[in-house]
Amino acid sequence: MLQTITRIPVAHYSNLKQRTGYSIKIADKEIALFKVTNGSVYALENHSPHPKGGVLSEGLVSGDYVYCPVYDWKISLIDGLVQAPDKGKVQTYIVEVEDDIIFIKI
Amino acid sequence: MKKLVMIGNGMAGIRTIEEILKLAPEQFKITIFGKEPYPNYNRIKLSNILQGDTSFEEIIMNPLDWYQENHIQLYTGEAVTTIDVEAKHVISDQGRVVEFDELIIATGSKSFILPIPGADKHGVTGFRDIQDCEMMIKSSENDKKAVVIGGGLLGLEAARGLLNLGMQVDVVHLMPDLMERQLDSIASSMLKAELESQGMNFLMEKETVEILGDERVTGLRFKDGSEIEAGLVVMAIGIKSNVKIAKNSGIYVNRGIVVNDFMETSIPHIYAVGECAEHREIVYGLVAPLYEQGKVLAHKICGLPVDPYKGSVTGTQLKVAGIDLYSAGEIVEDSSTKAIKVQNEFDGVYKKILIRDQNIVGVVLYGDTKDSTKLFRMLTKKEDVSGMTSVSLLQSETGEGGSGDVASMPNDELVCGCNGVTKGEIVEAIHKQGLTTLDQVSHCTNAGRSCGRCKPLVSQILAHTLGDQFDAAAAAKTSICGCTTLSREEVVAEIKAKSLTTVKEVMNVLGWNNEEGCTKCRPAINYYLGMIYKDEYKDDRDSRLVNEKIHANIQKDGTYSVVPRMYGGVTTAADLKKIAEVADKYDVPLVKLTGGQRIALFGVKKEDLPNVWADLDMPSGYAYGKTLRTVKTCVGAQFCRYGTQDSMALGIALEKKFERLDTPHKVKMGVSACPRNCSEAGIKDIGFVGIDGGWEIYVGGNGGVDLRPADLLYTVKTEEEVMEITGAYLQYYRETANYLERTSKWLERKGLDHVKEVLANAETRKALNERMDETLKKYNDPWTEAIQNEEIKDQYYAKHTIKVGE
Repeated sequence: MLQTITRIPVAHYSNLKQRTGYSIKIADKEIALFKVTNGSVYALENHSPHPKGGVLSEGLVSGDYVYCPVYDWKISLIDGLVQAPDKGKVQTYIVEVEDDIIFIKI
Repeated sequence: MKKLVMIGNGMAGIRTIEEILKLAPEQFKITIFGKEPYPNYNRIKLSNILQGDTSFEEIIMNPLDWYQENHIQLYTGEAVTTIDVEAKHVISDQGRVVEFDELIIATGSKSFILPIPGADKHGVTGFRDIQDCEMMIKSSENDKKAVVIGGGLLGLEAARGLLNLGMQVDVVHLMPDLMERQLDSIASSMLKAELESQGMNFLMEKETVEILGDERVTGLRFKDGSEIEAGLVVMAIGIKSNVKIAKNSGIYVNRGIVVNDFMETSIPHIYAVGECAEHREIVYGLVAPLYEQGKVLAHKICGLPVDPYKGSVTGTQLKVAGIDLYSAGEIVEDSSTKAIKVQNEFDGVYKKILIRDQNIVGVVLYGDTKDSTKLFRMLTKKEDVSGMTSVSLLQSETGEGGSGDVASMPNDELVCGCNGVTKGEIVEAIHKQGLTTLDQVSHCTNAGRSCGRCKPLVSQILAHTLGDQFDAAAAAKTSICGCTTLSREEVVAEIKAKSLTTVKEVMNVLGWNNEEGCTKCRPAINYYLGMIYKDEYKDDRDSRLVNEKIHANIQKDGTYSVVPRMYGGVTTAADLKKIAEVADKYDVPLVKLTGGQRIALFGVKKEDLPNVWADLDMPSGYAYGKTLRTVKTCVGAQFCRYGTQDSMALGIALEKKFERLDTPHKVKMGVSACPRNCSEAGIKDIGFVGIDGGWEIYVGGNGGVDLRPADLLYTVKTEEEVMEITGAYLQYYRETANYLERTSKWLERKGLDHVKEVLANAETRKALNERMDETLKKYNDPWTEAIQNEEIKDQYYAKHTIKVGE
């Protein structure tokens, strides 16, 4: 199947606060954008894989992890994997930063 | 969605549901009927309750929230009376009819009560549920003489509990040996001697034929004609599957409800699991097999492939302090078995291993059970032991002990049978998450959270995995979270000693193994810093969890609810109009009165929050915070003919004084103007009841999960005294409670008398109030702050929407 990948500018890097989640709506997709303490930026689907999980952009950020604000699942920002003892995976998106502009590939 | 109904709300059934939720979270609409008025609790721990080691709250495994979170409709205190297998519905004793596509019968078992004259008298009980425990505890207050019929596992645990309750206990046993199904006569006689030294009295080889007394039991008569006195009789001779409902519905029943290897009964789409089920002519009464059955059944119901259940070999241990005892498999030698025995009368150690062909078929250990897991593994895996010496089989005898055993243990070996946790999973969790305490391992993997028998082994694995870094004392301690080994007291002491001033600094200096902490420690540290430095501390907003960070309650769909302050539950027409207009303007989907006498607007979008607040122009009600929530009041002397005091005025004054204050957990207050107590002050953290010429102050009440009536702290004359005592009490709670510890738990931990003693000192009260007042200086209304501060608005409330193609 052919898939088109679009590169979308979403924010200015310097405007983002560290350890804060931003909710971004691209077309019909809700994406959570995070800048962590070491300066890396990550983008994930803005929803915890828990059956009743919450929006990740509201969660507490620690290192390269975010905690689901509703059920406290610990989720890796790098690969979207839910940490044990819970299980699951969140869709992640490729992020590129050029000249202070953050692009998400979708 | 398919409809799944379960009759019974116990450990086996709920474990099956948990497995189903894991396998197929959205596949079923689940309804559960439970005859007992509680959520699922850990029945194995009943003997610990009776023995006074634990409380009922601590043995609840699935709190009511769990059912809600998983959309399970639970009817407690309601028994199913009819299964209509044709119409595929069940009918409860309340006349409720619920349809099903799949039906699980998990009705468990009841104590077998001897069919002898007098067995129905008051004071005769089984030992199966909370009610039985409560009945025994109550009896012990009046009667001092108890008789336990049955010298098996359950009977001995019950007897030990009754001893702890200060009763004199006779144990009546039909057979010549105690626990004859699990022990041989040598181990049995050692056990008997130990229990006798603990104060139990045994009447062996006695058959009870009648229970004496009028309405209430007064004694027992045995077959040989002798009699003994008894004010309480506990029958612990075995269990009887609850099969009546299945039988009446035409489901095939023998001793239990007969099931095949996939837990299916004789009728399609109807299953049975747990102690009510009979599998290959065995009814299991221990938890591990029931969990194995649950796993198979869950797969079956979800339509997933699974190996058939082939029955279980079980190991038993006795949960009585001072006794180490374990047995599994066959107990008594026969002509086809060979035994290895070690008996050390001096140390009170006895070990026997039965071997048939090349395999271990039975284990009895008394006095030293360190090898139980290893031997049980060899038994269940049918390991060939022909090349091993008796010394290597009974390894701990050589003094090399546990760690070698743990080292040689394969990674896929089950450590916690109850929760299905392997050694590999534990080791991985220790490595990956940097765990250093038993507590952390249990939290991360579930190992040791049911019966607790594997805890020593988990400790050994922890010690072995950590090697030199293992610190035994630290490992047993309760740390505030997995990021540190420090306890709450240590963290607070270090903050003070080293003058640490920010969350980040605390984590850095105190060597957090996880640089930026977690959802448990960060909010806790933020609280402790605020408590210690009072108005000097600048709150770390990003260390708060979502509700406190946003100043609104997040709902499951990501919208928020807004609850404005309504001091003492008193409002005005003008405020009501404003609320109505806001609800209209922002299309608020739900407007509801809360339990705390105010109005909540549910379903507000995050980006609308600042505008909603601006339009409301009312202070935040802090319905989301670990802080003072509401002060509920009755109408009181201003209007009510019974009111003796002005409850509304006091309520409003309290709420105005203490609003916004950070506390370890939420705090609720209630003020009633008379002892009719319309504001329910008896189940509040702090409650005030007006009496002629003064106020009674109640503390430690709770109307939530752990229902607890409040205790009377003081009776005072004036409102000033009310304020003074309340301020000092609250501040003492703030300074000494663990983060997320409600006042009810804290009060029980500290003791009412201790708190009274502290507050009795006028100097102490004054100092506490000064620290309270200093803290209260720092607070501003967070909604006003958000409205006025563009930076806050942008960081916390903005919504960024991007259309593709721009």
